[in-house]
Amino acid sequence: MVQERLAEETTTAAGRDSGGADLVLDSVTKRFADFVAVDDLNLTIPAGSFFALLGPSGCGKTTTLRMVAGLEQPTSGTLSIGGRDITRTGAHERPVNTVFQNYALFPHMSVLDNVAFGLKRRKIRGAEARAKSALELVELGHLAARRPGQLSGGQQQRVALARAIVNRPAVLLLDEPLGALDMKLRRQMQVELKNIQLEVGLTFVHVTHDQEEAMTMADTVAVMNAGRVEQMGAPRELYELPRTAFVANFLGKSNLVPGEVIEDRGDAVVVNARGNRLTVLKERAAAHHGRVLVGIRPEKLKMMWPQDAAGDPDNMLHGRVADTSFTGVSTDYLVDVPGVGRLGVFSQNHGQQLARPGDEVVLCWDTAHAFGLDGREDSSAGAAEAAEAAAP
Amino acid sequence: MSLLARNRGNGPAADASGKAARPGGKDPRSAGEIGAERRRSRMGYWLILPGFAFMLLFFVLPVFSLLATSLYAKPPGADVGQFVPALQFGNYADVLGAYWQELLRSFAFALVATVAALLIGYPMAYLVAVRLRGRKLLQGILLVLIIAPFFTSFILRTQAWKQILADEGPVVAVLRAVALLPEDGRLTATAFAVVCGLTYNFLPFMTLPIYANLERLDTRLIEAGTDLYASPFQTFRTVTLPLSMPGVMAGTLLTFIPASGDYINAALLGNNQDTTMIGQVIDSRFFRVVDYPGASALSFVLMLAILALVILYVRRFGTKELL
Repeated sequence: MVQERLAEETTTAAGRDSGGADLVLDSVTKRFADFVAVDDLNLTIPAGSFFALLGPSGCGKTTTLRMVAGLEQPTSGTLSIGGRDITRTGAHERPVNTVFQNYALFPHMSVLDNVAFGLKRRKIRGAEARAKSALELVELGHLAARRPGQLSGGQQQRVALARAIVNRPAVLLLDEPLGALDMKLRRQMQVELKNIQLEVGLTFVHVTHDQEEAMTMADTVAVMNAGRVEQMGAPRELYELPRTAFVANFLGKSNLVPGEVIEDRGDAVVVNARGNRLTVLKERAAAHHGRVLVGIRPEKLKMMWPQDAAGDPDNMLHGRVADTSFTGVSTDYLVDVPGVGRLGVFSQNHGQQLARPGDEVVLCWDTAHAFGLDGREDSSAGAAEAAEAAAP
Repeated sequence: MSLLARNRGNGPAADASGKAARPGGKDPRSAGEIGAERRRSRMGYWLILPGFAFMLLFFVLPVFSLLATSLYAKPPGADVGQFVPALQFGNYADVLGAYWQELLRSFAFALVATVAALLIGYPMAYLVAVRLRGRKLLQGILLVLIIAPFFTSFILRTQAWKQILADEGPVVAVLRAVALLPEDGRLTATAFAVVCGLTYNFLPFMTLPIYANLERLDTRLIEAGTDLYASPFQTFRTVTLPLSMPGVMAGTLLTFIPASGDYINAALLGNNQDTTMIGQVIDSRFFRVVDYPGASALSFVLMLAILALVILYVRRFGTKELL
């Protein structure tokens, strides 16, 4: 009931502030001394979407967020919300609110006063009542009189969320809002955040280095690296068809096999990788001639015994198991393919016989699952960053 | 000192840590450990003994001696400085009737000087603690500059103000030139000069506690304020200032209390008619007129008045941590 009331308020309040208010960043650049944090960034974030900026630390995602909030001034470029240029507008004059990484709740105020703070500054009537219903939304109505210091991390996180949402901003910015929570609470909050976003219908821009978090929550993900957007799209699209080695390695794991295009079959190209013929669909390939990287996700690889492998010798690699790790639902294999390198294979547990280190195996896959990248790229780009981001 | 050390945890996590200790139930420690802890806590009492003895000897006993002296009577025909123990409460009425103006003036001067020191000291502390955060060298230099006056004597610095404000000095010349001061106007031997001296001399006592407080201010809270539609001024009023109140309280008390009892500034920079402060009166009662009971009574009145004012002030503006 409370939530319905809030949703109603949203439509009226949002009608004033954020009706069809797309957030647009137009060639935004931010330099700190001799370091380029954000490099000629162009982004359009449609109103009502849940948008994630995903990238390793130092990729410029937080700087981007701070520029949208008005806490940082771009060196060049413009920002606008709903067509209105906000580049030179002060932080306190923008219809934007932030959920800060460490919440930044005011320690000298009650939880309720924290939540009512923004409404009171804008002299909105019934600030306390609205703050109360925002607290109900995050299920903390009963703690309104407490001080933030008396709450747990998860509760503080919700207060920070309520404090931002209650203002019905055109854009809500979330700066790694779940980073300080433990894994279990984080998963739970991911679901809640997504639900709240759907309920209130605000535009959420979420900054995170956690690819799983970005993929579960956002409807559009922009992967950032070194101040630029590497690729942008729906999570599934990014995962199934990465366009750069960085995205392929940072978002999930990828096997990237270097080779040379030797044949054009019309809708596909054939790649020679040390004597193995691999087929890549042209629409799934970033390059159609010369050196390329053929990418296959570990779970798309099928591992067979040599005697079972027959037929089309294309898309088939012979190798030897180097390492296995059994996790119950699945087994992760590392397979050495002579001349190609070490490939990762993720094999679901269907009760099949498990391979052991030293076993000869054959790897094959469906052409529709492979993707092609420019062969000049570093095939390990993003892998180290992904490992770092995954570390707690 | 305790005022200086008091501060609020500004980060939200500040309070969260110490909570989980001992989740109820039986104490898992061995009897030996508990015994050791008891010994340690008894040790604490022994350690505060010297301080306690010092305060007893040099504060509590003198206060009682002062109280007793303030009630002494002068027997008829006695020599100068000869008094007998008595309970002459009329001494208080006498000195209050004679010197209430000086008492009020002292508080007025101290109040103006405290406000002036706050207006000068807070921005200084803010600059060093918040604006220059992370620039250690610059912060260090400015802090040394704030403390540097302490390296010369109090009297010498007050004498220097006499020169600065002298009739032939630069300040008077400029003020006369822009007609803020009449041709024959002067600054020395005025209330203005006394308040200038007080403000200057007690400025570090204002600035340093505020600095110590602001230095721990989480600047993300300022960002959160502006993010939530508060203009820079509103952010200061609703976030920065309330969070720095413990520092402001400490600074204002450390300025106001000694300033209201001060007599050097009034003696060196004031005149003998309308700038006399209560400290000067007590001084002359004690050492020139040799009226021990009167001087003691005045000292006691001053002490009680300051105590009352401080309690009122802390009640009104103070934080829970101070009372």
